[in-house]
Amino acid sequence: MSARAAGGAAFAEALRDAGVAGLITLGLAAPMLGLVTVTKPEGLKLDPHWPRVAVAVAIVFVGRLILNLTIWKPGRPPKTLVKPKLEARLSKLAKLLAPAAILFAIALPFLPGVERYAVDLGILVLTYVMLGWGLNIVVGLAGLLDLGYVAFYAVGAYSYALLAQHFGLGFWACLPLAGILAAFWGVLLGFPVLRLRGDYLAIVTLAFGEIIRLVLLNWYWVTGGPNGITGIPRPSFFGLEFKAGPDGFAATFGLPFSGLHRIIFLYYLILALALITNYVVIRLRRLPIGRAWEALREDEIACRSLGINTVNTKLTAFALGAMFAGFAGSFFATRQGFISPESFVFMESALILAIVVLGGMGSQFGVAVAALVMIGGFELFREFKDYRLIVFGAVMVLIMVWRPRGLVSTRSPTVFLKEKKAISGSLVQEGQG
Amino acid sequence: MSRGHPDAPTLPDDVLLRVERLTMRFGGLVAVNAVSFDVRRGEITALIGPNGAGKTTVFNCITGFYKPTVGRLTLNRGDQSFLLERLRDHEISRRAGIARTFQNIRLFGGMTVLENLLVAQHAPLMKASGMTVLGVLRFPGFAKAERAAIEKAKGWLERIGLIDRADDPAADLPYGDQRRLEIARAMCTDPVVLCLDEPAAGLNPSESADLNALLRSIRAEDGVAVLLIEHDMSVVMEISDHVVVLDYGRLICDGTPALVREDPKVIAAYLGVDDEEVEQVEREIEERAS
Amino acid sequence: MEYFAQQLINGVTLGSIYGLIAIGYTMVYGIVGMINFAHGDVFMVGGFLALIAWLALTAMGVTAVPVALALVLVLAMAFTALYGWTVERLAYRPLRGSFRLAPLISAIGMSILLQNAVQVAQGPRVKPLPPVVPGNFFQSEGAGGFVVAISNVQVIIVATTLVLMVAFSLLVAKTPLGRAQRACEQDRKMASLLGIDVDRTISLTFVMGAALASVAGLMYLLYYGVVDFYIGFVAGVKAFTAAVLGGIGSLPGAMIGGLLIGLIETFWSAYFSAEYKDVAAFSILIVVLIFMPSGLLGRPEVEKV
Repeated sequence: MSARAAGGAAFAEALRDAGVAGLITLGLAAPMLGLVTVTKPEGLKLDPHWPRVAVAVAIVFVGRLILNLTIWKPGRPPKTLVKPKLEARLSKLAKLLAPAAILFAIALPFLPGVERYAVDLGILVLTYVMLGWGLNIVVGLAGLLDLGYVAFYAVGAYSYALLAQHFGLGFWACLPLAGILAAFWGVLLGFPVLRLRGDYLAIVTLAFGEIIRLVLLNWYWVTGGPNGITGIPRPSFFGLEFKAGPDGFAATFGLPFSGLHRIIFLYYLILALALITNYVVIRLRRLPIGRAWEALREDEIACRSLGINTVNTKLTAFALGAMFAGFAGSFFATRQGFISPESFVFMESALILAIVVLGGMGSQFGVAVAALVMIGGFELFREFKDYRLIVFGAVMVLIMVWRPRGLVSTRSPTVFLKEKKAISGSLVQEGQG
Repeated sequence: MSRGHPDAPTLPDDVLLRVERLTMRFGGLVAVNAVSFDVRRGEITALIGPNGAGKTTVFNCITGFYKPTVGRLTLNRGDQSFLLERLRDHEISRRAGIARTFQNIRLFGGMTVLENLLVAQHAPLMKASGMTVLGVLRFPGFAKAERAAIEKAKGWLERIGLIDRADDPAADLPYGDQRRLEIARAMCTDPVVLCLDEPAAGLNPSESADLNALLRSIRAEDGVAVLLIEHDMSVVMEISDHVVVLDYGRLICDGTPALVREDPKVIAAYLGVDDEEVEQVEREIEERAS
Repeated sequence: MEYFAQQLINGVTLGSIYGLIAIGYTMVYGIVGMINFAHGDVFMVGGFLALIAWLALTAMGVTAVPVALALVLVLAMAFTALYGWTVERLAYRPLRGSFRLAPLISAIGMSILLQNAVQVAQGPRVKPLPPVVPGNFFQSEGAGGFVVAISNVQVIIVATTLVLMVAFSLLVAKTPLGRAQRACEQDRKMASLLGIDVDRTISLTFVMGAALASVAGLMYLLYYGVVDFYIGFVAGVKAFTAAVLGGIGSLPGAMIGGLLIGLIETFWSAYFSAEYKDVAAFSILIVVLIFMPSGLLGRPEVEKV
């Protein structure tokens, strides 16, 4: 009897909680969803849309009720933040999956049923994978929170576009130049912000990113302002252009001309760039500079007491992170053939940072998975238009609540004597700067 | 190797570090007031005094975390001398050869024990990696240097009895082991002076005895001078060659342990302030909690 | 001279709006130590809710402007406060005490969510509202024929801001809620040991911040006569700049910072170039953070070794 009474009480409680949630939703939705401002000939008026409110309230009420009766049942075991077994399994899985993923990426354009759209999507995802890996140096390894990363992407893109336009330089000559210029800007930003910590650093880097974008937007005679730069030269295959004529890529290799050739070439180009980024980052981690970055993230004061020049260490992190963004930027410019400030808004920085954090800071594999999920998922839901951004925002919140440390949260040691043991994320510091 | 400061005073050969008229003000508060003392080569020097006497402030000035308001800090490395107040914080370790530990242990908790010791060898490894460039390209010189660094770390891990835990994260070690690891890490920077901020705090008697043995071996085998802040008088009296006593930011006594023990000013300072007992109790509570 | 006076008046008006938003940042930063990235969007929501409330009241036949404005103020504050509360409850509370980056990312997620939800619900177009309070409170013609005017709207904005500032300062200084807030700011764990309901205090801080942001939203609507779903981002960053400039955690600091940012922006647009006014505001943020990270009225942070 008492069990039934308890069950009844639990149900009543669940119902009450769902009711409260429904009421709150009513409060939130009634004005915003229910009364829509529309411009009519006589001025701005309100159009009632009450059914939308009813639907929203019903979804929240029913959803909350179901959750209360199932997953959030009273007396469920408290959620533990650290799940060592799961962590270990994930990092092992990563080790197995990473080579498979690379093989898949290499084979992708030639897999049956892969159309131009899939290759295009692959290029997009790989661009973000590369950006994520580059930002991972700054955020994941050195623990410096950078919300203006897109500025360096923009520097890379505009460097290539302007160098090509004014000096007629080709893509291959501009690629290293774009990287160097972006790295230079990374140092330039790095210098003043060295003393800042945490959220302050985040907001200053954000401001820096916005300044760069606003300058690109308003400096008409150089950047073309909001119209951007058009006619950026496409990359060539070691001097062979992707065109239909007799000296084009297709004719030289005796292939029938196809627009797909260039897409596939771009795909392999970004794949190679991303893999180089990956190799360098993995390599850097095992070098003294990489260990110094991680030590900096763990404890800056201890670093100074050990004779590590924290200024140079931070600047190198900024510079190298920016350099990879610069490479990615010039790739972006050559791929699009057109750039404008619109491609370098704050949202992009947030997206790249989200990829790094969602992937699990410091984990190369996690970042790649996060990029695939976020960018791929985002593109797949293209028909949903504006709704997908709502879902996108909600997913960011949900993943953080579910796994605040990201998908792969363990840290793998850079060197070992006998046995390499994954280090639980709860021991790893997130950095103060 | 870098050159010293040519205008640094010439110290007697046996004086390694000379603190002269060191004064540190924070706003209106004078934390350290015209303190002068010497740290001699091959000796363990203890800096003691009641809470708030300014010991840690002196330490932070010597190790470059604070810039002294007034005073001169000279380090004598034999062939060259440094004025510490002119060095930037990281140069204190790299150029002057002063290593330190912290009152609240500052290990790199998310890195393994071995990694902690390799970070301490940053400067030579960085050079070997050709400022990273050669390292990325896998030049063989770096691999050799890294092997040597690992050997050195292994040597220290054997000395502090942590060789079996080399691949565990530092934050997973018990408190006493963390203390010793922090000392080993400081030693991996090849210092001439090792500054320890309350190394025995929170240790049980057997760990405390191990620590004494370790410090003696550092003095004897490595020939490194030790400067330590300590509240545990048994440690101070047992191992130190020279004791400096501070009270309210002023130096009140400077001499051998036997001399200091008999000094009425020192007795008054300690008896007059029963903070010492408070801390004792706090420490016991902390031990029980951990 | 007249031109200068006019810019001064406009700057103070704009600065009042920034100041009101800045208070929300400064209070939240003080108590939970995080940048509530979605706060700018809460301000935008506040602007929309004020617009909707105004239109609804007009449709219901409330035509007396003072009555309608007072009602709009109350309604907007109440509903926006609910948004503030929900944002905290959903995106920040589950992450309290966890990894430092997590709340920042979820705040960015919340900001994207709010922006796009409003865009979908209300449409992407700019919403224009004809002047609600026309006329000038004061005007005088200078020698060169240049008219210096203080509009009624400007008087309302500055007066409302002043009243709310005083009210909230008293709230924080004198009431048990304010005491609880300050206690949580100092040491959250200790506060909870002393019987302060920390969760409730933090929720109320978000509610207060959102209410003030909605007032700023209403003022923005009255002053510029338009709102759209994107106003939150830039206004938010500028208000955060104001909070930092004034010294984060300090209410009067936020107000002073807001005024300074408003004045700088106005004068920059008037005497230099309007295109680069945001660049000026962001540059000031960078310079302030680098050279005086504790702001004008903030407490300096001492590095503990």
